[in-house]
Amino acid sequence: MGEMTFGGAGEDANFFTTKFDALLGWARKYSLFQYPFVTACCGMEFMAVASPRYDMARFGAEAPRFSPRQADVLWVVGTVSQRQGPVLKRIYEQMTEPKWVIAFGTCASCGGFYDNYTTIPGIDKVVPVDIYIPGCPPRPEAVLDGLMLLMDKIQNGNKDPLVVPPRELPKLAQLRAKKDAKP
Amino acid sequence: MEPLDTHDFTDDDTLELPAEPMRLNMGPSHPAMHGTIRMVLDLDGETVVNVDVQPGYLHRGFEKSCERGTWAQVFPYTDRLNYVSPMLNNVGFALAVEKLCGIEVPERGQYYRVVLGELARICDHFTCNAASGMELGAFTPFLWLMKVRDWIWDVLEKETGARLTHSFGRIGGMAMEPTPDLAMDIRAILPEIEKVVVETETMLVRNRIFMDRMQGTGVLSKERALELGVTGPMLRSTGVAYDVRKDSPYMVYDRFDFDVPVGEDGDNYDRFCVRMEEVRQSMRIVEQALDQMPTDGPVSVDDPRMMLPDKERVYNSIEGTIAHFKLIMEGFAPPKGEVYSFTEGGNGELGFFIVSDGSGTPYRVRVRPPSWFNLQSARELLIGGMIADIIPTFGSVNMIGGECDR
Amino acid sequence: MSKALLDRLATLLGDKLLETTDFRGDEVALVAPADWHAAAEFLRRDEKLAMGQFTDLTAVDYPERAPEEPRFDVLLFVRNPETHKRLRLKTRLADGKTLATLTDLWAGASWAEREVYDMFGISFEGHPDMRRILLYKEFEGHPLRKDYPIDRAQPLVPYRDADDTHKLPPFGVDEGQPFARTDWSRRLEGLDAQVSPSLAVAAGQRASLSSEEVHPVHAPEPAADAAASEN
Repeated sequence: MGEMTFGGAGEDANFFTTKFDALLGWARKYSLFQYPFVTACCGMEFMAVASPRYDMARFGAEAPRFSPRQADVLWVVGTVSQRQGPVLKRIYEQMTEPKWVIAFGTCASCGGFYDNYTTIPGIDKVVPVDIYIPGCPPRPEAVLDGLMLLMDKIQNGNKDPLVVPPRELPKLAQLRAKKDAKP
Repeated sequence: MEPLDTHDFTDDDTLELPAEPMRLNMGPSHPAMHGTIRMVLDLDGETVVNVDVQPGYLHRGFEKSCERGTWAQVFPYTDRLNYVSPMLNNVGFALAVEKLCGIEVPERGQYYRVVLGELARICDHFTCNAASGMELGAFTPFLWLMKVRDWIWDVLEKETGARLTHSFGRIGGMAMEPTPDLAMDIRAILPEIEKVVVETETMLVRNRIFMDRMQGTGVLSKERALELGVTGPMLRSTGVAYDVRKDSPYMVYDRFDFDVPVGEDGDNYDRFCVRMEEVRQSMRIVEQALDQMPTDGPVSVDDPRMMLPDKERVYNSIEGTIAHFKLIMEGFAPPKGEVYSFTEGGNGELGFFIVSDGSGTPYRVRVRPPSWFNLQSARELLIGGMIADIIPTFGSVNMIGGECDR
Repeated sequence: MSKALLDRLATLLGDKLLETTDFRGDEVALVAPADWHAAAEFLRRDEKLAMGQFTDLTAVDYPERAPEEPRFDVLLFVRNPETHKRLRLKTRLADGKTLATLTDLWAGASWAEREVYDMFGISFEGHPDMRRILLYKEFEGHPLRKDYPIDRAQPLVPYRDADDTHKLPPFGVDEGQPFARTDWSRRLEGLDAQVSPSLAVAAGQRASLSSEEVHPVHAPEPAADAAASEN
């Protein structure tokens, strides 16, 4: 993924590859073509993210490509059933490198409360995932956080899967409320 | 490639195109199939000769999952049935259990349910029409209608705490009282919604391209629709004025003055127009309900068997703690029996057939999903049409995966 | 609600009508499986009943019934589009027995019967296309039977192992999501690495959103505040 080696691996070459990777990462993160694998409820919030108020186009990620071969990011939006599993795997395999996967919502991340005979308990059982966005469904703000986290990963060449953290930590929010309540 | 002139163009076999139908697989991951439907098409050129519609790619085990928890724990699952209008599902399930117990929610609660439910219906119809327009290339109305949906969701969020999956219904009422700003907030957005409806209609209803794509495609006859179990806007577009709110009024729907819009041809265009008109009727109902709604009084029945005690009481009195514990751990137990209760959901008659064995766990919860039967009719709508007509037809059938496959 | 419909059905069916109930206004007629199709035909064709609108068809499993009693209840819901009257036809069916299809009376019964077949394993004789509909053909068993355990999954694709890729979920199977298991004291001191990256970047704790290094902040305000409130 964006790694190039040159014959003479001197300091200059390293310097060059680092700079080149940074440039490549910069270019990639601002032109993410997405493949929306939308199955369920989270699709409603996905529509909201694409709509004017939240406007995903600001991040250069609004162009959907309904061919996996042209897409960079696979958004898995919603529950994936066992029957859907082979389809998801096949779409992932058809995507060309570099590719990233976002698990949108609780069902895609871990199966959610559909822990039963028909639901895959998280798409990471079938395809590797880069970003997990929790929420049932996640708020558009969380989705944008996830997208920014992915862009940051792409820039840094970080390959670890990450979870979008909550914006407001419950404990801190409580403490702040207490502080605000004081005269 | 061979040079053209070596071909023998007098031979009939080389001139004729192959006559066998071509088999084409569409979906489940196809932009027009909403991710959860697969269609296996037999095509003669561009004409659909036969089609096998295969649902089930979003089967999430709703009915089995309900048999595991308490009655109250079914509400989050019902939210995710028709996830475009979760409030209608909440209310539908609550009404089914209330019918089984033979209880009635206080008037204020009923009006509250009607108001939130009709807002959800507006969202449902807008989403369907927005998607229909977008799939035909009209992206602007999609953005307009999504904008409206966010306004409505703002109100719903303020009321229920969640944008989409509210889980706000309770057996015997609603989770919370309405906020003091409810009427003000809704009255602020209703005129704006009306403007967007007019705007969208100006853009689409007399639009030549839109009319050509929608009129005369996906035609369903009245008799066939009844026999197939089609309900909701899809049935009304064929000319049958069947609306559960009118024909078997539940809650307080008999007190409102509203019309049931019907179509004539039962084609995609009629379905679009019926939905648009129903948005107007829903707005009328909301306005009337806000006028008639009592400003104070309980929204839930005062029955400790099914209603959770106040947090105040749970923390400060032993009786409250025990009542809370019993309701959470054992759940509320309705009487033994089986009932079928039906309401008007976003896509038609949303029925709940529930069987209770007298315990705190549902014995069987069967949903009669309107989308399931509407989708069943899609096969007949598609056969004989062009492959490009699949998109508007499937869009206006408004299959909602969560509800259809459960 | 009037009993007119049930009375009419009783005159048509005679002693084939085993039982009628009227619970909470839902009129139910019970017939034997052999009379299922005949009774449904009366409902459809008789001009006084004229149940032209198909509503639903489903089943309920009662495995705890005595062994000699039939295990399943199969129910048909129909409606008269003119008078808005509804009726429910019910039959009791033993495991392994089949029922006559109703697709010749109401086309809408087709998918409902396929679903009952899929979920309960009740086969309908004469149905043109008796296949599974919600589940896949490799699936064994019928999930809505009470003896099917809810968590017996039958995956079509093998699940990935931990070894086969560098990408792993950031949490173990037995754990919740990591941000739910927070070390609050560390977090309040600003030492916790799970502080919301965007907030942390804004606070100068992190270099970038995805960097792992978190620099503690001095004099954590909320913690001091908490201590103050405890006093």
